[in-house]
Amino acid sequence: MTGRTWFGLAASLATLLTLVFLVVPIVAIFTNASPGRLLDALGEESARDALWLSLRTSVIAVAIITVVGTPVAYLLAMRSFRGRAAVLTLIELPLVVPPAVAGIALLAAFGPEGIAGPLVADAGVELVFQTAGVVVALIFVASPFFLRQAISAFAAVDRRQLEVSRTLGAGPFRTFITVAVPVARPGLSSGLALAWGRALGEFGATLMFAGSLQGVTQTAPLAIFAQFSEPDGFVGALALSAVLIVVSAGLLISVKLIGGERAIEAEGRP
Amino acid sequence: MLRTLPALLLALALCGVAGGCGSAGESELTVLAASSLQDPLTAYGASFDGAEVRSSFAGSDTLAAQIRQGAAADVFASADTDYPAELRRMGLVEQPVVFAANELVIAVPAGSDISSLADLAEPGRTIVIGDPSVPVGSYAREVLRRLRAAESESILANVRSEEPEVSSIVAKLGNGAADAGFVYVTDVRAAAGGLRMIRIPETLRPKVTYAAAVVKGTGQQRLAQRYLDELRKGRGAIDLRRAGFLPPP
Repeated sequence: MTGRTWFGLAASLATLLTLVFLVVPIVAIFTNASPGRLLDALGEESARDALWLSLRTSVIAVAIITVVGTPVAYLLAMRSFRGRAAVLTLIELPLVVPPAVAGIALLAAFGPEGIAGPLVADAGVELVFQTAGVVVALIFVASPFFLRQAISAFAAVDRRQLEVSRTLGAGPFRTFITVAVPVARPGLSSGLALAWGRALGEFGATLMFAGSLQGVTQTAPLAIFAQFSEPDGFVGALALSAVLIVVSAGLLISVKLIGGERAIEAEGRP
Repeated sequence: MLRTLPALLLALALCGVAGGCGSAGESELTVLAASSLQDPLTAYGASFDGAEVRSSFAGSDTLAAQIRQGAAADVFASADTDYPAELRRMGLVEQPVVFAANELVIAVPAGSDISSLADLAEPGRTIVIGDPSVPVGSYAREVLRRLRAAESESILANVRSEEPEVSSIVAKLGNGAADAGFVYVTDVRAAAGGLRMIRIPETLRPKVTYAAAVVKGTGQQRLAQRYLDELRKGRGAIDLRRAGFLPPP
């Protein structure tokens, strides 16, 4: 009994410490400067450019991830083939790769002297120092977040529902669109929100691959870093951070509300 | 293996927090230094007697911001004199001393056809430059301000990225992403043949002087002071000359 009490107390204490440790920095963003000063700082052109660019690039990236990634996830969830586990691991790799490594990898692949650089140039596409390069970086780092959730969402779809649809004469595409996607929607939506959150926060890969220029490649996280370095920029950095926190919190809450929470909780199990 | 992983991680974490397992009680000196000083100050730090030197390199503006936010550093070495002077006015550092000089140049990839400042104004060139707040960026803008307005505008129109520190400008030239960038002569030298430099005419050239200061209230004033002294006239100065830095004016 005393052993149990001791452990209960220690666990409660650890929980309290964890909460304080995680919450204090977030709260500090909002309390370090007055709300008026934060709002003033957001009025600056560079801050508005950065937020607008972040919104544009992340929406485009997430749209591409969703359109391309949904059928990919469906295929990977439904088919079993040799090397499937390897493919799943490869897809998830960007999830754990450090952003700086992602930046170097993108340069080595699609940069002017990268292995696919001439191919990109021949196609008439410019990525480095361009907004398109930001989108590419965001897609690279954020897509695993969507794919993971989407694969587990499709894997949980009852096969019999799909078979019924097929026996009623619907083709594979119709079955995918009218049965599988609606059933998997909560998981897909939460994957979308997580990918979006990751895309909004991208820093290292963007800076290394696309550079940093106001209105072109300087997204909100890059602007936060630039502001921080400026002699009077700390409040500006706080203000942009506050916006990102509010948006990220919104995305997280929407994940919980659309029922993706179950999918997150299930992640730990094999 | 997997079972012992958590225990290993925990041991590592405890080691890290306690500050270097094994290295017995030698005092530590934390040096925040401009990105361009990376090579010479790494060499100097390794040979410094009496303390283990931990050097952190970044844009001088970023380092100054860290000190303003109370970073526990002993020495601040900047690529200009303005940031140390500003921190001095705020009472955060001791009197700064000038310890080296450098030269701003235009760096281009070794095989480039660019041969003068005027070539940078041609449409279609890709130029990278330091962020306005980092010294290498403000020096570059000083040069541009001394040009005719039309020329400086065309060069600025070719600027495709504003980098947070000189090392990332060098990186973008090294991997062929950019056609030209404003960096220091010591960076071109450190790139060992990968980059070619174009000198900026003397009438346009900004004065690039490096100042350092002991950070206040760290309890290691004497050690930090000795580090600075030897940086001006001693081993550190030798490492600086070897890397191509000029003596203080």
